[in-house]
Parts: sequence; C-alpha cells; structure tokens
Amino acid sequence: MLKEEDKIFKNLYGKDDWKLKGALKRGIWSNTKELLFKGNDYIIDEIKKSDLRGRGGAGFPAGLKWSFMPKISDKPHYLIINADESEPGTCKDREILRSDPHLLLEGCLVAGFAMNAHTCYIYIRGEYYKESSNLQKAIDEAYKINLIGKNACGSNWDFDIILHRGAGAYICGEETALLESLEGKKGQPRLKPPFPAVAGLYGCPSTVTNVETVAVAPTILRRGSDWFASLGNSKNTGTKIFSISGHVNNPCNVEEEMGIPLKDLIETHAGGVIGGWNNLLAVIPGGASVPLIPKSICEYIKMDFDSLKEVQSGLGTAAVIVMNKSTDIVEAITRLSYFYKHESCGQCTPCREGTGWMFRIMEKMIQGKVNHIDIDKLLSVTKQIEGHTICALGDAAAWPIQGLMRHFRDEVERRIEENQKKREVA
Amino acid sequence: MKHPGMVNSVIDNDQDIFEWSEENFFKAKKIIENYPPGKQQSAVIPLLDLAQRQNKGWLNKKAIEKVSETLSMSLIRVLEVATFYSMFNLVPIGKNYIQICRTTPCWLRGSNKLSEIAEEITGCKLGETSKDMKFTVVEVECLGACCNAPMIQINDDYYEDLDENNFRELLNNLKNKKVIKKGSQIGRQTSHPNRDN
Repeated sequence: MLKEEDKIFKNLYGKDDWKLKGALKRGIWSNTKELLFKGNDYIIDEIKKSDLRGRGGAGFPAGLKWSFMPKISDKPHYLIINADESEPGTCKDREILRSDPHLLLEGCLVAGFAMNAHTCYIYIRGEYYKESSNLQKAIDEAYKINLIGKNACGSNWDFDIILHRGAGAYICGEETALLESLEGKKGQPRLKPPFPAVAGLYGCPSTVTNVETVAVAPTILRRGSDWFASLGNSKNTGTKIFSISGHVNNPCNVEEEMGIPLKDLIETHAGGVIGGWNNLLAVIPGGASVPLIPKSICEYIKMDFDSLKEVQSGLGTAAVIVMNKSTDIVEAITRLSYFYKHESCGQCTPCREGTGWMFRIMEKMIQGKVNHIDIDKLLSVTKQIEGHTICALGDAAAWPIQGLMRHFRDEVERRIEENQKKREVA
Repeated sequence: MKHPGMVNSVIDNDQDIFEWSEENFFKAKKIIENYPPGKQQSAVIPLLDLAQRQNKGWLNKKAIEKVSETLSMSLIRVLEVATFYSMFNLVPIGKNYIQICRTTPCWLRGSNKLSEIAEEITGCKLGETSKDMKFTVVEVECLGACCNAPMIQINDDYYEDLDENNFRELLNNLKNKKVIKKGSQIGRQTSHPNRDN
C-alpha cells in the first residue's frame, strides 16, 4: 500500500482548503523558481528519467513527448492541458481540478517553461462547471501574487494560463480534435502527421497533455526522478489515481502505487465487490475503451500498462468498472456501444456507420435475437473499423465488443439458443 | 434519443431579437482577448455559452447570428459548432434542465430507475419539456462523476450518490420550490471511500 508520505495528491478529496492558502501549506509553489532555474533540459531529463507515462490513456512516455517540442522556432509555443475528462468510468482529473487546482497550475508553469511555451490553455469539459469555477479562482489567485503572468514566480519567464470550457463532446479529448475545438471549430480529429509538436494550435508547436501528468511533474522534480521511479515496476512507475466504480461497496478515487494488484485495489480501497469477491463477474480495468477482463484474470492481474496489455486489455485512464454477477454483461457493453455511436464525430465512414451498426446488433444480442453467424459478422465489423479511422475512437468502439466476445461468447450464444427455443415453441 | 442539444435545425422567428446585455457585452470582449489577435474564432464556444445563458438556456437563430457577427465569422461556421456540441440547446428548455447519466458505470448502480422516477414526478417523457416549462428531462452520456454514481446534472450542478429514495425526495423538493442540496446526497466528501463521513 502506498505510504502517506509518498502521495502526490495530498488533497484528493478536498478535505483541506483548495485555495491558495491551503496549497501553500501543502508545499505547492514553495520553490518553483529554483526548479525553473535548473533549466528546461534538466526538467525534461528528470521527467524522462522518472519514466512517467502519460495519464490520459495511451501511456506515452511524458518526457519524450515534451522533448518533441522544437528548441528554437519563430512561432509561439503552446502548452495545452487536456481536462476534457469524459472516458466512462473516469473521474480522477475532476478531483484535481476542484480540490487541488494549484497543483495543476504549478505543473503547467513547469511543463510550459520546459517546452518554451509562454501560453497555456486548459481545455476543461463544459459540464464541469463547479470544477472550472474553482480552477478559474485558483488562476486569479495565482495571477494576483504573480505566481503566473509576467515574470512568473520571479523566473523572468512570462507565462499565461487561460481556461477554456468545452461544450459536451467526448471526441474533444482526442488531442487534435481538442485543438480544432480550441480554434473554434467542430471537434473533428486531424490527420497526423503533422504532429501537434510541429503544427498544433494555430499551426504553432503545441503539446497536449493530461491533467494528472502535468500535476505530478513538480513533485517529481522536488523529490527526484529516482524517488518516482522507485515506485511501481520498471517502465510503469510512480503513483496513479484509480477511479473505482460500479459494483463495489465503496466506489472511490484513490491514489495508489502503479502495479498494485487489482484484487487489492478493490478489496482494500473500494470495500470489496458487492456480494463478495466470488460474486465478481468481470472488470473493465481502464475506462470504457479497453476490453473487459473476467474474474479469472482479475485474481492475479497487476494494474499497470504492460501487465494489462499482456492480457489483451489496457490500463487506459485507470478507471476500474466492476461488474458483479447480477450484471447483464451484454447490456453493459451495449450501453458502451451506444456511447460511441453517440460520440462519433462523423468524419470517417467506418466509425460513423460502424458504431451505429455495432450498436444495433448489440442491442438485438441482449435478448439473443440474432443468429450464431452474427457474432462472427460483428467481430469482423469491429476489425474493419479498428485501425481504419483517423483517430482512436473507432478502435475504442471496437475493443469492448471484442473483449466481450473473447470472454463471454458462451453467454451470447446461450441467449441466441434460448431465443431460438422460444421461437420454436411459439 | 431525443435531446435539445442533438437537434439539427435552428428556430428562426421574425419577432425574436437578440442583443448582448451590457454585462455580457463586456464579458464577451474579455473572452475574445484570451486568444491571439485574429484568432477570435476560438471564442465561439464560450460566446455561444454566454448567449445561451442570456437566452434562458437555448439558442435561436438570432442569438447564433449575433455570435457570428461579434466574432466576424461566417454564420455557417457558427451553426456547425452550435449543432456539433451537445451542450448547445437549439430548442427551448425548461427552467430545470435535468440530465440523467445513462452510461454503464451509472447504469450498473441503477440509473434506469432514476429515469423512471424523473418521468413520473415531472410528468415529461425522456427528451421532453413539461408544458409549464418547469422541467426538461433527458438521458445523457457519461458526465464524468462515475465514483459517485448514479448521478444527474440539473442546470450547472451535479447531484450525486443518488438512490430511488433520495432522488424522489430531491425532485419533489425541486417541484415544490424547496431548497435542494448540491453534490453528494448522502453527505459524502467528494469521492472519498468512506460513504458516511
């Protein structure tokens, strides 16, 4: 279990004051100037050495991503914080935004300085109204005593942070769709390359990064990359906020060490599965986009990027959705299929048409009103969508269904047979 | 599914007028300054939001035209944005805009019961607005408060940790114009594991 002193998010639940006074007491902004004076190469190097991987879902090495920003260019650089948290199951950034906003702001300054950016936009999902008002207050406080703004923290670095509220589109969590949205357009993803580090916001070098990734950066610099790398396993280091939802006794967000066994996470922090561990059916371990894992895998799996990849799932955003035996597993996945149908931006044909098609078949499967052959047809459609779209939403829509068929094909087939019997009787 | 934010046509009545209120005019000006010169198009989402707040929670054609005029954008670009994003309502909505999260984490904890209760108490079917314009009830996709499921949003605020009883009470209080408590309905501190602290 993660020791109290190793926790980065000291005010995860908002029990303490989230405003500047409380933040200063928790050590935020304490020696930011010295951190910056160590230079941007040092900062990026430390983040690289810490093996911090992006917390937004893909798990890309953060230091490497930051280093993609050009050293010299005549265009302004932008740091863009992705606070468009909408992956079903995920509610971790929300806690940072409302309960510890200064932790994020300090991270913005450090990360922005490291990549030569003078401007940072925080793109927050529109529904997070209270969170955005807390964050705006925190920004105002930071400007007031010159922690950000001209000569931020006395570092001779000018740094502006601007909050931008979205308006309800899951796809804007995809980095290039977010850039489009920030430019005042429909949130439809761009083709890559060019990557944002070359041509991002307004065609300028930009880096889009998740709230949690940036928020942990100052602590890594203060305590050293060795400390961060000593937590978790190799290449899966540090601490992580896990959102545990669904059929557990105490659904909660909790900061834990990367690589904690899933069973420990559920039993010690979330009060166990409703009806006991043996009542567990399956878990979606990383937000709606990743394939589910059945109980047999939950028994031993460790919660990190590489372990979950080995069992054909993923850590994603570390949003653990627990389903016990009372769950209609087919409907659970069908609801996710509806979600992707609803959130598809409509740009690429395989995703626009495919998500609707998959949902309609899945809906029939709940009652088994399909034929056996339709299972393979459905899987074939998922394969035709996966990898054939501009962004990963198509993949994300395909994976939950693939996961369902991988582990619960029996259940779907049982329903089909039951329905056929019913029809014969009638 | 019916949803005022998922409509693809815009209401245009001759008698409608939309002018920025004095306060919002200055707010809009300040918002535009957040973006580099010449990139005022970036302000389209914040300005549509501002216009929607001024116009009782929905956007008619005149409001959208005003935003396009303010930002020197062509109308079609603003229309694209207004129809793309689900938070922009293109038909009138009730005073209490009740959005019930229906995605899997909320559904696992009984969100479909909430929808039934909401229909029963407000008297409007999902996607509809009551005749007295007091309520609009819709089901929406994940609102990002999954550890406090099931949850709903009424206007700007989240109401979390619901069950059949406290949701019934919440809606009845709302209906009878009594004060309702925001956030967790069981007194939980945000998403703390301890449910009764």
